[in-house]
Amino acid sequence: MIYKHMTKVIRAVGLAVFAALIVAPLVLRSAYLTTTGVLIGIHAIIAVGLGLLMGYAGQVSLGHAAFYGLGAYCSAILTTKVGLPPLVGIVAGMVITAIIALVVGAPTLRLRGHYLAMFTLGLGMIAQIIFNQAQGLTGGFSGISGIPRFSVGRLVVDTDAEAYILVLVVLAATIIIAHNVVNSRTGRALRALHESEIAASVCGVNVARAKLEVFVLSAVLASVAGSLYAHFITFISPDPFGFRFSVNLLVMVVVGGASSVWGPVAGATLFTVLAQFLQKAGEQVPYLDAVDTMLFGAVLVLVVIFLQQGLVSLPARLRSRRRSSQEQGAY
Amino acid sequence: MSLADQLLQYLITGVSVGMVYGLVGLGITIIFNATGIINFAQGEFVMLGGMIAVALTAARLPLAAAVILAVAAVTMVALVTERLAIRPLRGASVIPLIIATIGVSLILQGGAKLVWGPEAVRLPAFSGEQPIRIGGGGIDPQRLWVMGLAALSVAAVQLFFKYTLAGKAMRACAINRAAARLVGISIDRMVRLSFAMSAALAALGGVVLTPVALMQCSQGTHYTLTGFLAAVLGGLGSGLGAVLGGILLGIVESLSAGFISSGYSKAIALAVALVVLWWRPEGLVRRRQA
Repeated sequence: MIYKHMTKVIRAVGLAVFAALIVAPLVLRSAYLTTTGVLIGIHAIIAVGLGLLMGYAGQVSLGHAAFYGLGAYCSAILTTKVGLPPLVGIVAGMVITAIIALVVGAPTLRLRGHYLAMFTLGLGMIAQIIFNQAQGLTGGFSGISGIPRFSVGRLVVDTDAEAYILVLVVLAATIIIAHNVVNSRTGRALRALHESEIAASVCGVNVARAKLEVFVLSAVLASVAGSLYAHFITFISPDPFGFRFSVNLLVMVVVGGASSVWGPVAGATLFTVLAQFLQKAGEQVPYLDAVDTMLFGAVLVLVVIFLQQGLVSLPARLRSRRRSSQEQGAY
Repeated sequence: MSLADQLLQYLITGVSVGMVYGLVGLGITIIFNATGIINFAQGEFVMLGGMIAVALTAARLPLAAAVILAVAAVTMVALVTERLAIRPLRGASVIPLIIATIGVSLILQGGAKLVWGPEAVRLPAFSGEQPIRIGGGGIDPQRLWVMGLAALSVAAVQLFFKYTLAGKAMRACAINRAAARLVGISIDRMVRLSFAMSAALAALGGVVLTPVALMQCSQGTHYTLTGFLAAVLGGLGSGLGAVLGGILLGIVESLSAGFISSGYSKAIALAVALVVLWWRPEGLVRRRQA
């Protein structure tokens, strides 16, 4: 009885802390916290999509940085060079990304696990080369500056605090969509096929189609996040959209855990806070970027070996361990 | 220089780079056949081979010794990798294995950057820089070293699979792992052997290519990708197919660098390979019934 009460209290405290963390940047009016908050939100939007792909479709993408970049460059080019409103940029990015994801995903998702991983890796490298080389369009190394803040009609997202709220709204929508996908017919089908693809297809689930839908959704989410990033930072260059970022996304999802929608959110939060800290520290310590490459690599290996369901599975694991030790004690 | 001379030069450049892609692809195939794993750290073995050889020659070791030691060192790294990151995941599904090998590639890449810095390094050519004149153009002798050593190691691997007991056991593993275990083949040993062989091939490729193509700690990923594409173009499972796939990839890259754009050449080669696989996912070489 007391134990049941305890979990309720813990849950309530947890929710309160969670809510406090979300509003903290707005209440404290700290520019550093707000920026970190916006980046966490942007990363979480992509991570939730990638988590769906990994946890429910059983596939890995190593090219989500390319979709992220596609959204960012679409928004940047259409608003600065063509003078279209930001909303058109975001939608154009989503449409182009969806088409590319369809073309890449349709043939590869019928094949086994590593094909999509390699195809998306190739896509990411090609995209990176184009971002760097197509100078007339992307500005090459020096990138595109002077991107306007996001706006819809006369409603302009001017301050960082407003951008933070916008990102939170999009993230909330993403989480709701992800929940719906998980609990939809497709979601149930995907969970079924994660257990056994053959069994799922025997039951009349179109396995390839279900995977393709999730892949396209996750790519489009990355593109939206890219557009939000471009309008927030107001300057983009090829650097943040390389292979390294695809790997960072992987770290977020793996560490957080792809088996629940909240896992990637937790992973994105942890990763972004740590990355912000390391970036600050890197200004003083030489070669820190090499050390954190190694660190993230080691984290990937360790989590995969010792905590395959990620951090979100930790409470359940501890609980079951405690319960089993209590049971042992009774004997 | 006439067009024919130019073409010859591009072809030689393409074939020599492509043979290194092929060596990586062959290594990926060997590991895949023995374990069903695609090793995403394979390209890092190329990079490490080149970097270690450069470091050893800088320490005034004779070139031949540096080459052999570099290959041996990378083979050791692969064995440690297998022990620490692959064996604990025996029986795991594809995704955890992909993630673990990516983790390993990050560790190797970060480690290389920490030790040798981010700059590209160069190894002295094996037999001088004086180009061999053919027609109106010249060939870098190092290109001949690349092609010769790559061809020799591919031949050695083929002979190994055909005539030695261990080679036959590995082929048995590729056909049916459970049945191979039943007839007394140690799967663990085969897995270790496959990692050692494929790392040695990749490292050798890296060492011979470094005098002409330079080496940089961030280049591993490129070799992983091209090696995988080579392996898949060759039908994933066929070693010779992987080598041919690599050569094809190298030629496309070098021709597009020469005639279209050097900035886009790698992107063009990747795009061509992806389009071919998009159209024929089973690869260009039909896999022989094992």
